[in-house]
Amino acid sequence: MTPSTVLTNPPVTPLLDVSELYVDFFTRRGVVQAVRGVSFSIERGETLGVVGESGSGKSVMAQTLLGLIELPGRITGGDVRWKGESLVHDAGSTLGRVRGKEIAMIFQDPMTSLNPLFTVGTQISEVCRRHTGANKRQAHERAVELLDLVGIANPAQRVKQYPHEMSGGMRQRVLIAMALACDPELLVADEPTTALDVTIQAQILELIGELQERLGLAVMLITHDLGVVAGLCDRVAVMYSGKLVELATAEEVFADPAHPYTAGLLASTPRLDKVESRLVSIEGSPPDLVDPPVGCPFTDRCHLAVDQCREAMPGLKIYESGRRAACWRAFEVNHG
Amino acid sequence: MSDEYTAQHADEEHATDDEAAIQGRPYEISAARRGGLFGELVRDKLGFASALFLTLLALAALFAPLLAPDDPNRGNLSRSMASPVWNGGSWSNPMGADWQGYDVLSRLLYGARTSLFIGLLVVALAGTFGIIVGVISGYKGGRVDRWLMGWVDVQVSFPGLLLAMLLVALVGGTVWTVAIILAVNGWMVYARMTRGVVLSVRERPFVEAAEMVGSSPLRVITKHVLPNLVTPLATLAVLEFARIILAEAALSFLGLGIQYPGVTWGLDIARAGDHELFGNQWLIIYPGLLLSLTVLAVNLLSSWLRVMLDPQEREKRYAASVTDKAGGM
Amino acid sequence: MGRYIGRRLIQGLVVIFGVTVFVFVVTRLIGDPVKFMLPLSATPEQREARRDAMGLNDPLVQQFGRFLRDLVQGDLGESSYVRGTPALEVVFDYLPRTLQLVAVGMLLAIVLSIPLGVIASRKPGGTTDRVLTTLSLIGLSMPQFFLGYVLMIAFTVRLRWFETGPGGFMNLVLPSICLALPAVGRLAVVVRSAMIDELNSQYVKVAKAKGLTRRRILGVHALRNAGIPYVTLLGWEVIRAIAGYTVVVESVFNWPGLGFMASTAVKNQDFYLIQAIVFVVAVMVVLINIAVDIAYKLLDPRVKLS
Repeated sequence: MTPSTVLTNPPVTPLLDVSELYVDFFTRRGVVQAVRGVSFSIERGETLGVVGESGSGKSVMAQTLLGLIELPGRITGGDVRWKGESLVHDAGSTLGRVRGKEIAMIFQDPMTSLNPLFTVGTQISEVCRRHTGANKRQAHERAVELLDLVGIANPAQRVKQYPHEMSGGMRQRVLIAMALACDPELLVADEPTTALDVTIQAQILELIGELQERLGLAVMLITHDLGVVAGLCDRVAVMYSGKLVELATAEEVFADPAHPYTAGLLASTPRLDKVESRLVSIEGSPPDLVDPPVGCPFTDRCHLAVDQCREAMPGLKIYESGRRAACWRAFEVNHG
Repeated sequence: MSDEYTAQHADEEHATDDEAAIQGRPYEISAARRGGLFGELVRDKLGFASALFLTLLALAALFAPLLAPDDPNRGNLSRSMASPVWNGGSWSNPMGADWQGYDVLSRLLYGARTSLFIGLLVVALAGTFGIIVGVISGYKGGRVDRWLMGWVDVQVSFPGLLLAMLLVALVGGTVWTVAIILAVNGWMVYARMTRGVVLSVRERPFVEAAEMVGSSPLRVITKHVLPNLVTPLATLAVLEFARIILAEAALSFLGLGIQYPGVTWGLDIARAGDHELFGNQWLIIYPGLLLSLTVLAVNLLSSWLRVMLDPQEREKRYAASVTDKAGGM
Repeated sequence: MGRYIGRRLIQGLVVIFGVTVFVFVVTRLIGDPVKFMLPLSATPEQREARRDAMGLNDPLVQQFGRFLRDLVQGDLGESSYVRGTPALEVVFDYLPRTLQLVAVGMLLAIVLSIPLGVIASRKPGGTTDRVLTTLSLIGLSMPQFFLGYVLMIAFTVRLRWFETGPGGFMNLVLPSICLALPAVGRLAVVVRSAMIDELNSQYVKVAKAKGLTRRRILGVHALRNAGIPYVTLLGWEVIRAIAGYTVVVESVFNWPGLGFMASTAVKNQDFYLIQAIVFVVAVMVVLINIAVDIAYKLLDPRVKLS
């Protein structure tokens, strides 16, 4: 992992810059505000972990980056800039150029992410052919190369197989291979290990880490599992109820969480080295996204809550070390 | 059902709605939106209109003896080809008479009677038999199930129309014989569906629990299987109803369905088709149009029913109307 | 795969056997094959004598045994309607016309339904979708014989573009359209909903993320998956056409095919001919089912035929 000098000396143009992103879903029950004013950026070669529970908006946010949100969802505010160009406003041709080539994405469920009727090789080569105009033979060779890169044995044979002939872990490797086909600069991984067995999880994460180092990729790793983040990420962003509540380096987050929610998440992760008599959880449940509260969404579940929390939403404030947290009583959870 | 259960269920439904909206079927919902408010309303209006039409038709059929100007089988050659009222004819033949002097309106009304009655009768007969077979097959399982479903598979592959034609030719064409023949040809789909429901219900833990506690099969069936059967059965029965009406019409058209003195639209289309193709084509159109409208109404009603009963479909329709109001970006 | 086809053939044989037995028993028990063979003036004794001569008074099982023996030799008896001709021969005389009708009709249905369904799935609620919905509703609701008459009234009587009755290709146009139209409605609806289902699926989302063109996603990925339910329905449509709709359509348009002949045979209680027709139709149905299964295997590598 690279040390984070990036936070104290912000470079001129970050690779990916998300500012004040709002995404709403128009449903029968009302307007679901899935993403509410999220801002952050990713630099070249860095790994950002995005952590949050179900409904925190992390997946929606990830999919928005690649323009994959369709009705009833809609981007209702903010911008996403890739190397300075907007992916939201007048983004037709930009997205077409960038998607799959400069930014690539892998998803949660390897079982359904591949078209069952085509060989793995075809599905990898079509990415190359689309973006680089490679011919069939070149694309095929590249596919074999990629399968090897992601650690699949016998790539020349595997390339002709169909998805159903492969295990879940292997399919996820194929998806990673597909994503890397055109040497992207950013890999967005949306819960890549959630649907896999624990042992396979570890392998896939290791693979992502290796690839990241070897290829100098930037990675955005979305997960609900803090353990996944610990081994792999430079920085961590914590999302709750559609908002970004904490953003810091991994070390800072684990050693000294600023936001009570982050602290709660850490506390509720069962550990192997401590014997606990009961599992700790954060009481209560996230607020309804259709009618989100005016103040801090974590108020009802927060043991540090005061009246101010209910009345007004704390913005994401930047502290001296470059850390950000959205809490009226930030840093008090461990010291206060 | 306790309040707790209902409340919990409501939460689940909401959760599914949101989740479905966010992860589930974005394309379809965007699809519905492009149809817009029109799409949503039209379905409702059509469903309502169909129900209305069918109710009126049923009433007309029921009261045919009172409403019909004349006996549908009384031909009066002196009135041959009488004009309808709007063409200067008399009220004794409001829609005119055909070349044999039969009153058109009377034949239409009594035809409605026949079609609707046969539809109901066949659905009742085929449905009852099919459900019983399905329940036995699904519940007993094993060899009984294999043999019953084997029989279903074989009979499903029979050429239904040909066999029906043959049977009618042998047995004669009255309302009851045609109904029984159509039922014999059409019970299989109910059996398969019922068996499916039984099997899926049996998988559920509370049924296993009930059986362990010692509830009799009959009790399990009535308490758990039958309620789950209602929705799919309703949709199926309505669709079958439409299919039966068409099937009877086809048989009668060929002369191998309901025959004189029975009155049916199919028969009239055949008669008029033979005789008046180059003459007064309206005699072909009236019964045909009525037949088509009836079947159309039944089909629209069934799809309206389906939308009403399925939460995801309702979600789509709502998203369509709301996103329009929310405006674009 | 060969083993699989073998199994399906056996299943098919059971069906053919079942149908044949059914027709056999029903015609012998309820009907009277002799009725139309002799002139109306024939006396009951003459009829009885004829029945004896034909072995119709023997126990049913014995009759069936004889029937099977003859069947194996390709002899399905003699038609009484078309006097003196073996029933099977009559069937094969009329079969080609029906096959022409079904071939042209189904081809038309395929060519129209796929584009219609795809376009409708891309712009649901749009013009094409509305045309499609109307068409499919008509197809669902309008009895085919009425549709036939409507077509005839419009194009033969009023416009005099086509003629009907036995003839060449021009006479085939209207009956094919009549056969195809409802099928187009049903098939296109399946294409539309299958495409919508596929476009909602995860792998399509992944394909979009990969940056593939919309054209490729639609035309290659989604369409091929949608092909599976389509092929199922297509097989079903062809079977229903052969085993049912042609009877009606041929009657309306006076197209002298097997369906028309079936109707005639039944009305004349020509049981040997009926037996032969049902037999041949059942065989064709079995073959079509097997063809559909093979199509599955070609389309979908996951299918394990064992």
